[in-house]
Amino acid sequence: MKEKEIAGWGRYPKIKAKIYEIGEREEIPALLKHISQGIPWGLGRSYGDSALAQEIILTKGLKHFLAFDPQTGLLRAEAGVSLREIIQVFLPQGWFPPVVPGTQFVTLGGAVAADIHGKNHHHHGCFSEFVEEILLFIPENGILRVSRQENPELFYATCGGMGLTGLILEVSLRLTRVPSAFIRQTSIFLAGLEEILTAFEEHQQALYTVAWVDCSSTNPLGRGILLIGEHAQEAPLKIRLQKPRAVPFVPPVSLVNSWSIRIFNWLYTKQASRKPRLDLVPLEKFFFPLDKWAHWHRLYGPRGFLQYQFVVPKDQGLYALREIAQQIKKSGLSSSLAVLKLFGPENKNFLSFPMEGYTLALDFPYTEGLFRLLDRLDQIILECGGRFYLAKDARLKASVFEKGYPYLERFRKLRKSLGLDKKIQSLQSRRLAL
Amino acid sequence: MKKDKFALILGANSDIARALAYLMAQKGWNLYLASRRLDPLNRLAQDLHLRYGCIAQALYFDALDYKSHGSFYKGLQPKPEGVVVAFGYLGPLKKPPKDFAEAEKIVQINFLGAVSILEIVAKDLEKRKKGFIIGLSSVAGDRGRASNYIYGSSKAAFSTYLQGLRQRLFKSGIQVLTVKPGFVVTKMTRDLDLPKHLVTQPEKVAQDIYRALKAGKDVLYTPFYWRFIMGAIKALPEGLFKRLKL
Ligand SMILES: Cc1cc2nc3c(=O)[nH]c(=O)nc-3n(C[C@H](O)[C@H](O)[C@H](O)COP(=O)(O)OP(=O)(O)OC[C@H]3O[C@@H](n4cnc5c(N)ncnc54)[C@H](O)[C@@H]3O)c2cc1C
Ligand SMILES: NC(=O)c1ccc[n+]([C@@H]2O[C@H](COP(=O)([O-])OP(=O)(O)OC[C@H]3O[C@@H](n4cnc5c(N)ncnc54)[C@H](OP(=O)(O)O)[C@@H]3O)[C@@H](O)[C@H]2O)c1
Repeated sequence: MKEKEIAGWGRYPKIKAKIYEIGEREEIPALLKHISQGIPWGLGRSYGDSALAQEIILTKGLKHFLAFDPQTGLLRAEAGVSLREIIQVFLPQGWFPPVVPGTQFVTLGGAVAADIHGKNHHHHGCFSEFVEEILLFIPENGILRVSRQENPELFYATCGGMGLTGLILEVSLRLTRVPSAFIRQTSIFLAGLEEILTAFEEHQQALYTVAWVDCSSTNPLGRGILLIGEHAQEAPLKIRLQKPRAVPFVPPVSLVNSWSIRIFNWLYTKQASRKPRLDLVPLEKFFFPLDKWAHWHRLYGPRGFLQYQFVVPKDQGLYALREIAQQIKKSGLSSSLAVLKLFGPENKNFLSFPMEGYTLALDFPYTEGLFRLLDRLDQIILECGGRFYLAKDARLKASVFEKGYPYLERFRKLRKSLGLDKKIQSLQSRRLAL
Repeated sequence: MKKDKFALILGANSDIARALAYLMAQKGWNLYLASRRLDPLNRLAQDLHLRYGCIAQALYFDALDYKSHGSFYKGLQPKPEGVVVAFGYLGPLKKPPKDFAEAEKIVQINFLGAVSILEIVAKDLEKRKKGFIIGLSSVAGDRGRASNYIYGSSKAAFSTYLQGLRQRLFKSGIQVLTVKPGFVVTKMTRDLDLPKHLVTQPEKVAQDIYRALKAGKDVLYTPFYWRFIMGAIKALPEGLFKRLKL
């Protein structure tokens, strides 16, 4: 055990916590007996306080691949294994994780706990769609096999349950066959929000879609680039993965917003013709552009930043996005480029974030007045029937969060019935009474 | 991958041994992983196989069960090109062992257990006229200290044993490498208060070991500066040394 200052990816909030490291699985029962109020931690890529508590349990000792069936692509691995490692080992054999977030430095445990989504949600749904079975450790019950058939209630609670249903030990995940290590990427330059949403609809059949939006541009509001990707058929499978370069220090003030917007504008004007552009790009570059820089979050300066991600139903999309952009402008606060994605239908998990509609993620450097702005944005999203992503949150109010999640009460009951509500808690679960 | 290139790691659940196993698997070795606790060993074996495509076999081995060593080694098919003795037991620290049983266990595991299996291995390698033996001893064997002298003397005995074995096997072209790590961050040392600037990760130790093996070395201090630290400590006159708190 070490006592240490620690924070999520947004570096807000920072707390002092006792850090416990799992060396190997056999140590877990004794360790959890010892914990009075703790939460698992994977690779700390959740932005806010999902993985923060007085006591934090590092899962990096759960690091083994356990079985792989090359016929079906079914992989069984311990929860501390990262998507990066999966890609390193299985991409050369023609397999890829079926759902990936914007960084490959997340663990299987974190991916299940947040029930992460990718740029293909409108086709394939969340990560849990491809999870066949979970091995879960619950202090009072020991090790449980959890799947849609066995302990189904616990399966639907654990996928998206942010570590609050116990410690995930193992995950059985179906990988997807890919023809190459490359993506055929089309970039479409779009002058405003309305055009972007129309373009999403037009390109619905494409496997991967995502848009970068500059919410600060006016007249028309919010120009952007829509990136469309399909697996490239005739390209090599074997490539060298890049090693991230480090951002070596924390600058005294946030550098991100002015920079990212400037780079974006440069890109945008370079393509003034606005003809769609076709490229063959490595998977890594298409899915994880930010992974090139280790610790890029440091660029936000010592006070850190918050990410704000919501989803609204399709028919509310344009209205919500416009309102949000206008409120941000009015507040005088700056936000970085925003990431816009299309979601397909929601799944059965109690707390999974995605539902059919548009999701937008924005970064804000931590400043005075930011919470007031975000409170206003919350109201707009609620009015539109939307909801918020726990993996990005550090400040939502319980009353706001609740409105988006009709199964929350079942989740709470289940936690209580398993004796988890005291022992397993994060700052987030306490704030939101999860 | 050469199908027949096997190494045997004894005490393969040791953190240093695990790091070495990853390195060797990456370099194309197949591995016999032998230790007492089979669950973690099986996970290690599966992981090595899936990551590097090598053959990795988990085997039960207890250094204390001397009688079993002969049949254990006989059962290895094909025979390994080299053997690593990584098992070790530190025992409770700071205070002298409570009873003789504790002291006996330290000596039995670190010294007698190693001798028992290595005598069997040596005979085989001698016959085949090739191969290597790596023994994980310790800097603690270089000079006895009040805080862990039972452990230290068991390692001193092991180092001396390896010295003699080296001389015996030299004619047969077999390398015997004595490894003397300093403070390494493993489960053995997790609860100790080690001097922060003197601790090393198992991965670094594994790299040093592999390099020394390839370079045909006899004795390795890892990290290298322990050779100088221990040189200085050994040079202290006993009259002074016995007064120190080290
Ligand atoms: C650059 C970037 C881009 C991102 N893009 C996306 C995206 O596109 N889509 C998306 O969905 N998310 C995205 N995320 C968020 C990220 O995918 C999730 O926060 C994910 O949960 C992080 O995984 P982790 O292993 O780092 O977990 P942590 O951040 O360490 O923990 C996250 C949650 O998982 C729980 N947890 C971790 N391990 C276990 C375990 N073994 N057992 C039980 N609970 C556990 C923790 O308790 C915590 O509640 C992004 C994050 C970054 C930094
Ligand atoms: N860590 C250091 O700072 C340090 C410094 C100098 C030298 N060394 C030496 O380096 C070697 C490896 O150290 P480490 O720190 O990596 O050790 P470790 O992680 O503590 O592991 C030691 C292993 O030895 C095995 N073992 C113990 N008794 C055994 C027995 N009777 N039969 C078979 N296996 C047995 C155990 O295997 P099971 O888990 O299967 O029981 C255990 O996993 C040891 O010889 C140690 O003395 C270590």
